[in-house]
Amino acid sequence: MTPRLQKLHDDLTAAGFRPHERLGEITIEVQGGEYLAAATQLRDQLGFEQLSDLCGVDYAAYGDRPREGARFAAVVHLLSVRRNVRLRLRAFCPDDEFPVLASLVELWPSANWYEREAFDFFGIVLDGHQDLRRILTDYGFVGHPFRKDFPLSGYVEMRYDPEQKRVVYQPVTIDPREVTPRIVREPNYAEELERKRG
Amino acid sequence: MAEIRNYTLNFGPQHPAAHGVLRLVLELDGEVIQRADPHIGLLHRATEKLAEHKTFLQSVPYMDRLDYVSMMCNEHAYVMAIEKLLGIEIPERAKYIRTMFDEVTRILNHELWLGAHALDIGAMTVFLYCFREREDLMDAYEAVSGARMHAAYYRPGGVYRDLPDRMPQYQASKWKNEKDVRSLNTNRQGSLLDFLEDFTERFPKYVDDYETLLTDNRIWKQRTVGIGVVSAERALALGFTGAMLRGSGVEWDLRKKQPYAVYERMDFDVPVGRNGDCYDRYLVRMEEFRQSNRIVKQCIDWLRKNPGPVMVDDHKIAPPTRAEMKFGMEQLIHHFKLVTEGMHVPEGEVYAAIEAPKGEFGVYLISDGANKPYRLKLRAPGFAHLSALDEMARGHRIADAVAIIGTQDIVFGEVDR
Repeated sequence: MTPRLQKLHDDLTAAGFRPHERLGEITIEVQGGEYLAAATQLRDQLGFEQLSDLCGVDYAAYGDRPREGARFAAVVHLLSVRRNVRLRLRAFCPDDEFPVLASLVELWPSANWYEREAFDFFGIVLDGHQDLRRILTDYGFVGHPFRKDFPLSGYVEMRYDPEQKRVVYQPVTIDPREVTPRIVREPNYAEELERKRG
Repeated sequence: MAEIRNYTLNFGPQHPAAHGVLRLVLELDGEVIQRADPHIGLLHRATEKLAEHKTFLQSVPYMDRLDYVSMMCNEHAYVMAIEKLLGIEIPERAKYIRTMFDEVTRILNHELWLGAHALDIGAMTVFLYCFREREDLMDAYEAVSGARMHAAYYRPGGVYRDLPDRMPQYQASKWKNEKDVRSLNTNRQGSLLDFLEDFTERFPKYVDDYETLLTDNRIWKQRTVGIGVVSAERALALGFTGAMLRGSGVEWDLRKKQPYAVYERMDFDVPVGRNGDCYDRYLVRMEEFRQSNRIVKQCIDWLRKNPGPVMVDDHKIAPPTRAEMKFGMEQLIHHFKLVTEGMHVPEGEVYAAIEAPKGEFGVYLISDGANKPYRLKLRAPGFAHLSALDEMARGHRIADAVAIIGTQDIVFGEVDR
């Protein structure tokens, strides 16, 4: 760890967080209930002026193994220009069926559209957001397309209907296909192979 | 007295000043904007979801199509994220090539921005000048990757191939006679580096030309000075990066503050604005032209003197050469596994950000150890900038909204992803 990162690590520990470092990046994880308080503390006491990025993550199929813990999380990337450090803050939604988190718009106005995006793609409801409309999907879109159980080809397609003289929606006519299958290797794949070979 | 009614005006998505497919709903009081509500997503292609279903290498060309005027910069952030997770160090020469092409890309991007911005405000000539210079740089793209725009040149582990020794030549045809072709080919006699060096010699003069047309132009100043003013604190809070942030007086450039590739070895200055209006952002970008030119020159010097590999020598990441593949069984297997299954990236998560021409382009990559990303999030600078359009345009007139869209340097490929 560079001195700058070490300083941040110490400050975060002193502030009551449990940071962990990997690949030169510091991550802290909080439960949904503590999310807003943690973010407020990070902005006001630890000097993170900018929210660079906020995104939803669906951990439903992570590692192709049974999941422990919550399904949905919001991952926030914060930047402190003054300290020249970044920080990743991850908050898990307590309820998988109805994921809700507090909104950060009051703290960082840049969260506005990112939260709309997280709502649109993952169905994470940001409590306290004044304008939680869909942002990137079509007007009247149904479902949350970035969830792992949403097929890549989607459910509906649109075309121009010459008889009705308008654009119509219909169920998709293409089947989902996978060109390269997804493969997750066992943890010690190479060593296992060596051992088997003798 | 005539009664003034409030209007709601639909601006775009087919308006030429909407820079693509922006649909802007403006609530007006007379001609003054009360509220601007951008509707985005008309170009949404779900790149992030598609990437979850493709191997790591197959997603590289998708990156070109995000911000389709700064192609290689997007690739750079993406391959940097993969390399960081893999824990590999790429060859020096590849780093210099990437730095050089990042700056070529910055010039390309700013040329388009300047041309389009000036055209929106009413200056036709600048657009023609800018596209003339873009042509040269696109030729450099083509020489190195085979494509004028969507290069797919940066790969995890380095770059696809070394710089070519000769430039493609114009051929005589029924539209171009021998004499024209000879003059067109004069700066294409040497290698790509010679061609780019010739460009860097000519380029400062071109920038002077643009500045002559605009910098002290009364109309230009009337349209940009004091328009879309953002304070430094506000710019940070709104998530501004790049020239948008520097125009507001914050000295923040990832190339200096969190250097990647070989930027810490480059000698260049970071221009910073003072007032945070459209004019200052214009001045910042004009100076970036000159600074990028300096960086390209330094890279050319180094690349001339230091030949070497441009790709890591690890066949779990980069395929072996064709020649090796013809004779070695192991190399053939490596190639086969790489193209059918792709590389496996260790479990973990990483955020890689670069100073793209428009601002901070970040890639947040989560891998669960598979041959495909588990989640890829692209942090596009334009997305944060456009979300602040409402605040920037409020209280201005309709024509100023056009100037503000222009100064934000919006490209819908990256905003909608």
